[in-house]
Amino acid sequence: MRVHEYQAKELLERYGIDVPRGGIAATAAEAVSVAKGLGGAAWVVKAQIHAGGRGKGGGVRIARALSELEEISSRMLGMNLVTPQTGPEGRRVRKILVTEVCEIARELYASVVLDRGQQRPVLMVSAEGGVEIEDLAASAPEKIFKEAANPFTGLEPFQARRLARRLGLGGPLIASCSSLLVKLVRAFIETDASLVEVNPLALTKDGRLMALDAKLAFDDNALYRHGDFLPWRDLDEEDPLEVRASKFDLSYVKLSGDIGCMVNGAGLAMATLDIIQHCGGEPANFLDVGGGASAEKVTEAFKIIIEDPGVRAILVNIFGGIMRCDVIAEGILAAAREVDLRVPVVVRLEGTNVEEGRAILSGCGLSLRAAAGLADAARKAVDLARSSPE
Amino acid sequence: MSILVDKSTRLLVQGITGKTGMFHTRQTLDYGTRVVAGVTPGRGGAKVEGIPVFDTVEEAVEKTAANASVVFVPPPSATDAVLEAADSGIALVVCITEGIPAMDASRLMAALRERYPQTRLVGPNCPGVITPQECKIGIMPGYIHRPGPVGVVSRSGTLTYEAVHQLSGLGLGQSTCVGIGGDPIVGTSFIDVLELFEKDPGTRGVVLIGEIGGAEEEEAAEFIRANVSKPVAAFIAGRGAPPGRRMGHAGAIIAGGKGTAAEKVEALRAAGARLAETPDRIGQAMAELL
Repeated sequence: MRVHEYQAKELLERYGIDVPRGGIAATAAEAVSVAKGLGGAAWVVKAQIHAGGRGKGGGVRIARALSELEEISSRMLGMNLVTPQTGPEGRRVRKILVTEVCEIARELYASVVLDRGQQRPVLMVSAEGGVEIEDLAASAPEKIFKEAANPFTGLEPFQARRLARRLGLGGPLIASCSSLLVKLVRAFIETDASLVEVNPLALTKDGRLMALDAKLAFDDNALYRHGDFLPWRDLDEEDPLEVRASKFDLSYVKLSGDIGCMVNGAGLAMATLDIIQHCGGEPANFLDVGGGASAEKVTEAFKIIIEDPGVRAILVNIFGGIMRCDVIAEGILAAAREVDLRVPVVVRLEGTNVEEGRAILSGCGLSLRAAAGLADAARKAVDLARSSPE
Repeated sequence: MSILVDKSTRLLVQGITGKTGMFHTRQTLDYGTRVVAGVTPGRGGAKVEGIPVFDTVEEAVEKTAANASVVFVPPPSATDAVLEAADSGIALVVCITEGIPAMDASRLMAALRERYPQTRLVGPNCPGVITPQECKIGIMPGYIHRPGPVGVVSRSGTLTYEAVHQLSGLGLGQSTCVGIGGDPIVGTSFIDVLELFEKDPGTRGVVLIGEIGGAEEEEAAEFIRANVSKPVAAFIAGRGAPPGRRMGHAGAIIAGGKGTAAEKVEALRAAGARLAETPDRIGQAMAELL
């Protein structure tokens, strides 16, 4: 679960990490009142969407008068912000963060992720803040420094001091930087985060370290023990069909093609998308109904797939193991009775009780196409999507 | 021959009184696996499918000499269940549980490495391990498997069944099939299993099924190049997956441009593996090498 910058900063503050003073606003009037409360003569206005690269799309602006702030805010709120990470459709800006302006001496970088190879949290820092870390990793990997943390006890202070030195810091900054880095790792571990990124981590002209920007995502598997973060989920930032699927514990990812897919198992579902593309088609979604799904779950999955207006054919690919093919077939029939099957459906069943499953579908009087194998199913779905009316 | 499990395996089921545990205990018994004990704290003295249930793994091992365990315990207690098995000297723990927090897995692996190096964990979030006609530990449909010379190692469940079904249909049986799991942190890696297959005289070729996310397939490719003399057929799922999106498995995500299918396919091909272009050709790719 990803959260907004202002929420990420709220969490960092709880861990004793400094962030610029600021407040959130949903209207230009609110923005002005936040700015008045902050005082000063200039403010930063930042669009709050779940995508990076906001500066490049006009989502980060500086206002040098209250009138300018009001003008920038009213233009930014409600706009469709397009950044390199949003795709061409962009994201609607519903909230903005208004903060004080900091005098920056240097921009650093710090982030924590779970390193899969080392199987523990790893803190990454660089003196080259403010740029995309992926770009830096590609162009100058020697400028990125890492320390692995103990998953029980966190980062040792000596590891943090070593990184502070590598960032080119000295004097009292060694202590303040290493303390900040230890806190960053503690925040990551204690909140079950999957990413904490501070970029830039600013060194201000008056010698303070401050998280100028922050990115934070939580491990979905651990949310059950962090009920206090659940209100931070912003459904406006998610695809409505994905939100609905998540309520039924279905793993659904909206894609841009026209062939709806329903598959059991994540690996087989990915492989099904692959073979559709191999046959010249484009999948409309990834959908894993799970290894032990019920007929009800299959029905719900069907409804979600068909609600996507871009879908022109549906491919059902089930390898029945523990989940029996006859159960799947019943689920498809139940769905067909409830929703208007406006597009052709190709069904490929294999595995446990496959004969019973096929018999149920062939005797049902619906226009379902049976497929002989994976490749046959994919080809049929691609052909049907092409020939079905817009 | 086989790896990890065979006729001598004496299985303990942790979480045996739960719905999933009970169901799969029946399936496992039907397959012929020697299930000797179950554990559910607070349910000691009960019986499930005729199998005695104990309160602790320690007692179960004392009374039944179980030497392998399968974990069907829900996520909040699953890593504790694995540690309990390891502490009681169980050599092989297969964790089926899906949805374990990644930090718990991180702490579990640190503890296993430090305190219980003699215990091998397979999973979590995996279908399990099967040596056809000898021993099935996990949730895979047993009947699609045939004994034979092909070792199968995979991050996926149903995609593995798909591949096994193809192999069996082509007359290629399996020595052992190992599902290593779809989580970002798992106990047994591709490399661990490849090493076991390389040493196993009953395995003549290996099918490796990977997917997007992480660099485990690239590391496996490096290992194959340097250490595997047997032919390897491979398939990588997720060529068409969009970056930054989790595709069902917690570990299946292209993060920061890393972990793409193209990189993994290239690494495995360069290491000499034969790549199946499409998932319906996995069995065929192996057949062409044997």
